[in-house]
Amino acid sequence: MAQIDTGDTAWMIVATALVMLMTPGLAFFYGGLVRRKNVLSVMMQCFMLLGVMSIQWVLCGYTLAFGPDQGGFIGDFSWAALTGVGAEPNADYAGTIPHTLFMLFQMMFAVLTPALIIGAFAERMKFSAFVLFSVLWATIVYDPMAHWVWGVGGWLRELGALDFAGGTVVHINAGMAALAAALVIGKRKGYPDISPPHNLPFAILGAALLWFGWFGFNAGSALGANGLSVSAFLTTQLGAASAAVAWAVVEWVKGKRPTALGTISGAVAGLVAITPASGFVTPLGALGIGALAGLVCYLAVVIVKGKLGYDDSLDAFGVHGVGGMLGALLTGFWATTVINPAGADGVFHGNGKLLLWQFVALVVCAAYSFVLSFGLLKLIDKVVGLRVTEEKEGIGLDLTQHSESAYTLVG
Amino acid sequence: MKYIIAVIQPDRLDEVMAALEEEEVNLITVSDVMGRGRQKGVAEVYRSHVERGGLLRKVKIEVAVNDSFLQPTVDAIARGARTGHIGDGKIFVFDLEECVRIRTGETGCVAIG
Repeated sequence: MAQIDTGDTAWMIVATALVMLMTPGLAFFYGGLVRRKNVLSVMMQCFMLLGVMSIQWVLCGYTLAFGPDQGGFIGDFSWAALTGVGAEPNADYAGTIPHTLFMLFQMMFAVLTPALIIGAFAERMKFSAFVLFSVLWATIVYDPMAHWVWGVGGWLRELGALDFAGGTVVHINAGMAALAAALVIGKRKGYPDISPPHNLPFAILGAALLWFGWFGFNAGSALGANGLSVSAFLTTQLGAASAAVAWAVVEWVKGKRPTALGTISGAVAGLVAITPASGFVTPLGALGIGALAGLVCYLAVVIVKGKLGYDDSLDAFGVHGVGGMLGALLTGFWATTVINPAGADGVFHGNGKLLLWQFVALVVCAAYSFVLSFGLLKLIDKVVGLRVTEEKEGIGLDLTQHSESAYTLVG
Repeated sequence: MKYIIAVIQPDRLDEVMAALEEEEVNLITVSDVMGRGRQKGVAEVYRSHVERGGLLRKVKIEVAVNDSFLQPTVDAIARGARTGHIGDGKIFVFDLEECVRIRTGETGCVAIG
């Protein structure tokens, strides 16, 4: 019978709460970036996911993602409604903490991932379509992918691809769904002449909460209070720090001023990129990954998006998709068994094979997410309609979707 | 009776109000506005979104005065708001047809001050 370790359990309870905080943090990050008339709609979408996804996770999400394996593709329904999931640790996943706690920790990831996609369709998606899309997406895209990468018997886990905290399952997944959503739902009215962020201090607050919560996201993925969790904590901090500086420097060098929005965007990009690598690379590796993430995501968001012309309103693909893919590949370069014997060595430590598995995982996850997300969005568009009318888009989603006004400006 | 609208730099508001107080002009309405002059604002950058010719923050002052107070008031506003740099602002003067003190019902020149 597995023994519960109080230190591991205490840390994992805290890590779970930290990851939960990332969803409201995202609400402020995204909320500050949209126009005043849509701020509540973005925050409402985040909070609704906290509600709806928690329910979906305990009813069927957890068992599909982590339950007994069916052909390497998906879990079965043994653990539906948390049947058989109790205080007794599950030795396959986390042998020193209650099974319920592992499930809870994973729940917060399942809540956050669909929330990331909001950035792509902000300011124009119908709320009913959003809820329907999110729940179905979680079930047919997120749950299977989580199973492939993290589930016992999952085929990507068996293959040998490394993803410490969810670069594929969370960031590439949400990022590609975001790209699909931007393409299916179309550009906002008047794009690219849209008003700038209405409340950058909110966005900065949100980024701060995300950075803070990410310690739970990455260091918590060690599933224990030990040297590995501290190592992941350190690489997370350094990834964020070097990416923030990199983005600011690129802005400065390009002849413009370094901006607050650029610096926090860099930090988030670094956090995304370090996510798969966090438990496998050295501090110097983290600095390198962060710096590259800052540079590459800057190019994706500021240069490439404009040239290609699609409206990924809040750069969900540019930061999470591109950053996640970059992080997955860079893990193949910088991973070392010196940091984590349960991992593998990357190109910089004499092994080229890992990079191949990283590439396979990246391509498969990206393709699966994009294709299914695209199809699901088209289907929901036919059944319910994805987009509000042009008139409602002009008035704003806060009033038209939620009968609310965020700021009382007069009286 | 005259109605004065002045658009000034936000950080000159305290000086303008002090100057008006010296002329015993205390009644005033102030609002936050956006505006620009011939220089057409500054560039703002938000990731992929670049705005040129943006509007800048200004403050609008509105004062109603009796004819005898018009010149001292205009002079006071200009005195308080002037820095000598571009962006000092403008003062507009209108004819005022009627003025009513809501509490007492007084009208005309008596209601102004």
